[in-house]
Amino acid sequence: MAQRIAVLVEHLEGQPTDVTFELLGLARRIANTNGAPVEALLFGQGVRHLAETIPADRVVLVEDPRLRYLTPEATAVTLAALLRADPPRLALIPNTSLGMDVAAWVAAALDWPLIAYCEGLEARDGQLVATAQLFGGKILADVRIDDRPTVISALAGAFAADAMQPEPPGTIERRDPPSELAALHTRSVVLERPEAADVDITRAEKIVAVGRGIESKDNLELAEQLAQALGAVLAASRPLVDAGWLPRSRQVGKSGLKVKPKLYFALGISGAPEHLEGMKDAELIIAVNKDPKAPIFSVADYGVVADLFEVAEALLERLEG
Amino acid sequence: MTIVVVMEQVPDVVEELAIAPSGTDLDRDAVSYVVNEYDDHALEEALLLAEATGDEVVAVGIDTTGELDQALYTALAKGARRAIKLTGDFEGTWLSTRAAARLLVPVIQELEPRLVLTGVQAPDDLDGQLAPTLAALLGWPHASVVIGSQLVDGAVQVRKELWGGMTMTLELELPAVLGVQAARQAPRYVPISRVRQVMREASIETRDVETPGDLAPAIMRLRFPEEAGQAEILTGSASEIADRIIELLRARGLL
Ligand SMILES: Cc1cc2nc3c(=O)[nH]c(=O)nc-3n(C[C@H](O)[C@H](O)[C@H](O)COP(=O)(O)OP(=O)(O)OC[C@H]3O[C@@H](n4cnc5c(N)ncnc54)[C@H](O)[C@@H]3O)c2cc1C
Ligand SMILES: Nc1ncnc2c1ncn2[C@@H]1O[C@H](COP(=O)(O)O)[C@@H](O)[C@H]1O
Repeated sequence: MAQRIAVLVEHLEGQPTDVTFELLGLARRIANTNGAPVEALLFGQGVRHLAETIPADRVVLVEDPRLRYLTPEATAVTLAALLRADPPRLALIPNTSLGMDVAAWVAAALDWPLIAYCEGLEARDGQLVATAQLFGGKILADVRIDDRPTVISALAGAFAADAMQPEPPGTIERRDPPSELAALHTRSVVLERPEAADVDITRAEKIVAVGRGIESKDNLELAEQLAQALGAVLAASRPLVDAGWLPRSRQVGKSGLKVKPKLYFALGISGAPEHLEGMKDAELIIAVNKDPKAPIFSVADYGVVADLFEVAEALLERLEG
Repeated sequence: MTIVVVMEQVPDVVEELAIAPSGTDLDRDAVSYVVNEYDDHALEEALLLAEATGDEVVAVGIDTTGELDQALYTALAKGARRAIKLTGDFEGTWLSTRAAARLLVPVIQELEPRLVLTGVQAPDDLDGQLAPTLAALLGWPHASVVIGSQLVDGAVQVRKELWGGMTMTLELELPAVLGVQAARQAPRYVPISRVRQVMREASIETRDVETPGDLAPAIMRLRFPEEAGQAEILTGSASEIADRIIELLRARGLL
């Protein structure tokens, strides 16, 4: 088995995603400890030009119309075929909506170990150790990577995109599409963009964000009042949007929007990794949660361990009174 | 025809979690179990599909907690036709997703469903998600992060969420496996009296299975995230806290 570290290049509509560069940075840092090559795996249709922008020692390029979008089945069978033919030390896959379809499939198909939700990866005394988030980020697990080739599904935003030498491009190698692509069970694919929203939370300077702690739709009014009094816009965690209390355009996080306001005021949000992904870079984070162990406090600048309704009402009184 | 929904109980992460003295597992005695929230969505989506087609929904679970009956009876009360519980010598152990998949595959093959729905993920994961794992083992197409589906001629049309409100709509030939993030409508509510009635009238089928060898990567230790960089905690009465917050915002020109 080679020491090579392989990274799946995630891209959508002609653009590699940020997490791709984070994983390439991670791969490079590990490779620097033992001189292993970093290999980027780029699948798509008409994406040759992207290969030139990928900071890796080698870009392996597979182009095929059936890979125009990184759909679950087509991506998984292509990746598995390449990895099976020439197993790397590690295969790094982003833990995103697209990557989630692929990582577990490939690991199961090859019968390799998989470590999902990885937020840390380092060599300790010559041994690779991964850190994975469990239980909504409330617990971390240090996991030993054994000698087998291992699939890592890594969180977006957890690794720095820096240390990316050599300058692109390294070598680019084109490979034939694997024969498995001829027998896909996925028929058609359509991408849809969100409808235009009334408020663009990604442009807001101040955000009041509410989570399941708000308990009911009726209580949203209090949050809306507070947002108005602070000159902020109202945003939310995913469960509130799934419940239909607020439109999807107000959702912050992994499957929602990434925001970077001057103020992020979080009420009754636990701070699951998928939520933190969308807001941890806000300039000032103030969080109110009655659970002192809520992971939101690990990214907040100021925390209040209290009932959100009491704090919100007291603030409103001050601001409006 | 049959639609299988896989259901799991997971530690309630809203409560305080403790690490067992071994350092490699939760203190299971201190845990309260709840149905994984995405399984409620998977069940809802399955019921909606079945209502449109006349399919039969079968809820399947592995009883790792000894408390799965409640979840399965609730599924029956909501409209599942059958419930199957896999029991074995794994109560209280941390079954890896890969091991769970190996236990589930023979049951799924026997049921010959045209669709298998699981929750998109569970918070007790170390080795990824069940839906893609099942798909790989069964050789069926799949999609995860599903937020809506529809059975069409010989296929299922699924809406998969990407990010920023973007979605991908895929058509998968049947049979297929879906990891459900959110049903197209909020999961239905069923009164406890109805669940009790079902407990008297219906029964859960039980299958005893061999405990699989653990296939998960080796946990060296569990730990709580470091406190470093943690928030400065504001204390006092609600009005004192409100004053401090306003002060902080003014100092930064945010008010
Ligand atoms: C693929 C995928 C994508 C996802 N994408 C997103 C995403 O984009 N955005 C997102 O937010 N989530 C996302 N999630 C969901 C995420 O995992 C969490 O489930 C979600 O963020 C939890 O929302 P919450 O914090 O509001 O709820 P909970 O986790 O239930 O937390 C509620 C919190 O409120 C506190 N609380 C309760 N009552 C009060 C009170 N009276 N006063 C003060 N505090 C109180 C509790 O202590 C608790 O910490 C995604 C999940 C998956 C699987
Ligand atoms: N041990 C298990 N028993 C039954 N179902 C499971 C088990 N593990 C995972 N699942 C199912 O797979 C979904 C996603 O969990 P996971 O893939 O482990 O993140 C859960 O919501 C369940 O539907």
